Amino acid sequence: MERKPPPFPDSEEQEAHSEKAEEESGDDDDDDDDDGGEDIFTGNGARTAPLVLNAQDLFSEEGSYPGVQEPSVDNQHASNGLRSDDDEQDLFAEARVELSLDRSSTKGIREVTRSSPSAPDISYKSSTSKMSFEKPEEEESNDKFELNIAVTHPEKVGDGMNAYMVYKVSTQTTLPMFKSRAFSVRRRFSDFLGLFEKLSEKHAQNGYIVPLPPEKSVVGMTKVKVGKEDTSSTEFVEKRRAALERYLHRVVSHQNLLQDPDVREFLEKDELPRAVSTQTLSGAGFLKMINKASDAVNKMTIKMNESDNWFEEKLQEVENEEQQLRKLHAVVDALVNHRKDLCGNTAVFAKSMAMLGNSEDNTALSRALSQLAEVEDKMEQLHQEQASNDFFIFAELLADYVRLLGGVRNCFDQRIKTWQRWQDAQSTLQKKREVEAKLLWANKPDKLQQAKDEITEWEAKVTQYERDFERICATVRKEVLRFEKEKSNDFKVHIIKYLESLLVSQQRLIKYWEAFLPEAKAIS
Amino acid sequence: MIIFVCVVFQLRSVSVDLNNDVSLLIDIPDALCERDKVKFTVHTKTTLSVFQKPEFSVPRQHEDFIWLHDTLVETEEYAGLIIPPAPPKPDFESPREKMHKLGEGEATMTKEEYTKMKQELEAEYLAVFKKTVQVHEVFLQRLSSHPVLSKDRNFQIFLEYDQDLSVRRKNAKEMFGGFFKNMVKSADEVLISGVKEVDDFFEQEKTFLLDYSTKIKDSTTKAERMTRAHKNVADDYIHVAAILNSISAEENTALKNFTFLQKVEGRVASDQELKLTELLRYYTRDIQAAKDLLYRRARALADYENSNKALDKARLKSKDVAQAEDNQRQCMQKFEKLSESGKKELTSFKGRRVVAFRKNLVEMAELEIKHAKNSVSLLQGCIETLKNC
Repeated sequence: MERKPPPFPDSEEQEAHSEKAEEESGDDDDDDDDDGGEDIFTGNGARTAPLVLNAQDLFSEEGSYPGVQEPSVDNQHASNGLRSDDDEQDLFAEARVELSLDRSSTKGIREVTRSSPSAPDISYKSSTSKMSFEKPEEEESNDKFELNIAVTHPEKVGDGMNAYMVYKVSTQTTLPMFKSRAFSVRRRFSDFLGLFEKLSEKHAQNGYIVPLPPEKSVVGMTKVKVGKEDTSSTEFVEKRRAALERYLHRVVSHQNLLQDPDVREFLEKDELPRAVSTQTLSGAGFLKMINKASDAVNKMTIKMNESDNWFEEKLQEVENEEQQLRKLHAVVDALVNHRKDLCGNTAVFAKSMAMLGNSEDNTALSRALSQLAEVEDKMEQLHQEQASNDFFIFAELLADYVRLLGGVRNCFDQRIKTWQRWQDAQSTLQKKREVEAKLLWANKPDKLQQAKDEITEWEAKVTQYERDFERICATVRKEVLRFEKEKSNDFKVHIIKYLESLLVSQQRLIKYWEAFLPEAKAIS
Repeated sequence: MIIFVCVVFQLRSVSVDLNNDVSLLIDIPDALCERDKVKFTVHTKTTLSVFQKPEFSVPRQHEDFIWLHDTLVETEEYAGLIIPPAPPKPDFESPREKMHKLGEGEATMTKEEYTKMKQELEAEYLAVFKKTVQVHEVFLQRLSSHPVLSKDRNFQIFLEYDQDLSVRRKNAKEMFGGFFKNMVKSADEVLISGVKEVDDFFEQEKTFLLDYSTKIKDSTTKAERMTRAHKNVADDYIHVAAILNSISAEENTALKNFTFLQKVEGRVASDQELKLTELLRYYTRDIQAAKDLLYRRARALADYENSNKALDKARLKSKDVAQAEDNQRQCMQKFEKLSESGKKELTSFKGRRVVAFRKNLVEMAELEIKHAKNSVSLLQGCIETLKNC
């Protein structure tokens, strides 16, 4: 059941692509001074401008996930039984920013309503092989393909303990393998897990690094099911939505996986059969499996004789990195919590300052103290947003990669398993030959034919498994390099985004204090 | 055992320049910190003939300052004055505890991380040290710039006496036993609010000070928590930077910027502490000193009223009238003297407070802007580098 993927250009093009991706992301953010460097779009069907899908749009800025505002797509909405977006408004707090369309009139607006705290829109270029982004000046494009995916509009379906969340998965693409250019479907969490299971069944054994979906969370989901609409459950939903989106991005940026019909079906098909076996399987479950398999591999009696150290060294690197990222994640987690602390303390202090200002009998000083209270209030908001950025840009990235590195380890283990299978086949063949020899000597011609047949069979198997092993070696090498490049790019993009969020925060801080300064100077 | 020698310069954050009367200039040019004890060098330059030399220095401990303060408080003559609040005891508890924890956790962190954390803690120690020197210095300078208190004999002894003051301290304790002070502490709220006020000015002051005192105490606590939380965030960046540095070399260059982030955040936190929290702390104590004045006056008023009642009774009974009249006159005089000087003191206190707040708020705002601008340019450079590499 091996599908031959269509020929892909070599890696240079992809490198060029990823560099440009960064440039795009950089340009993009220069514009977003007013909304805190976050490309948060507001919109629902009624409000956003209709998107004209022409060549220019396809190369509009990073982070423009053109919502499905085309009339044709709206019909698809209706047929998908999507609820009107107006219902969403109540579920989520404001925190919506309308992006000023000053870059170009065709700048797409992403159809997203975000709760607060919301994940900043990480401009994620999903890379298909043929996709490359040109610089903004060049608007003409012919043979480039684009694929943008967004996961939005979490909705609760049902009541009580049987309730579940459904997410809207919107795709906009020029890839010919899809039935249309823009479409969306509703998926629930177990659908994502189902996709993962199918993909890992098919591809993990060939040495591919299959991206891991977000973890199941009984606690988080229970709160949502029970209908608790407090910040922690909205936070949880947002965290999950963002994680599911990142998951899909990683899947489609993998050339081989994108070609898998299951992926296409996931994105396109209106109704998916309910994935039942995922009830126990999840990212965490899979990781447990990986670790068990690892242990099994380590216990294997025949140690692999490596002809070159590349695999051993790489695996060691991967294990070290996983450890480091785990540590880093813990530290960033602490940072998030401390910042939340700071946020709370600042709010309390602001109130206290306001009280003090009221009590102060010198008028000018009283006013200044009240102003100070207001500045501190604004600082609290800044801290709150920064904590959210700390989390969504930084912490979640690290969490993702800790899991992904587990997946990488798995593909190394698969290689060893493949090798083992080849070795086992060789020893079986050897045994069969011995049997044949014995039969020859014992002169039992009837059993001899059977023995010869078996030898032929096993000779074929040995050849097959040897080829499998060579193939998986090549795949693992390629995969690891691809992964490393993607990781490096991912980290760079995210670090830049994070620093930019800090930058914007500092700039706002300056504004607040500069506004306060004359008030302080006016005290007499 | 940590020994710090600190040369202190121009750290007058909570008070306006007090040290500008040439006839008596006081400062604490350096101090030594040995274990728990801090030894301050009190340096005096004077043109007054009451002193034996025009310039001299003496070593003093914190307890000596407390002795001086208490002696002043218990001097009847100064009842109508706001006695500058005693400097708080030097408190190295927080950095010491952190240093201890750091030592325990040394094994779990990289050498670089450990060094950075240690540097941070040493800076914290130094900051506490500087603050305590400053607050002791300001105490003396407020005394020296006060027309009445600067002439106090004990003050002069404090400045000049080149022997150990501990003998005097012990004697003083035995003499007064802290009696008056304790009374003040327990009874003042009740008495101040209980006494019927005749003077509008004092009525207003009473209302204001009682309310303000609670509010400022609250603000101080909240400010302390806020600046502490800020420091925690800054310190986290150290850990982040340390681990990032040990990961991939590619991202290394740009990620080293977390170290500078920490520096800036750390500075913001400590400036905030110095300008805002310290300001609030100081004025919480100063307001208390003002309240103490009100208390003493209220007490004098109570005595005066009682003496009036006693006089009336005596006149009714025609017994001990002269004595009662005498007593009444004394109480009245005392009360009026207290009221007059109290009014002056409270008015100048108001002015002083407003000026100090203005100075500190302006400075704090300016520092926040400066640090933020610094951050902005560093972040921009950082982002540029990352994008181009």
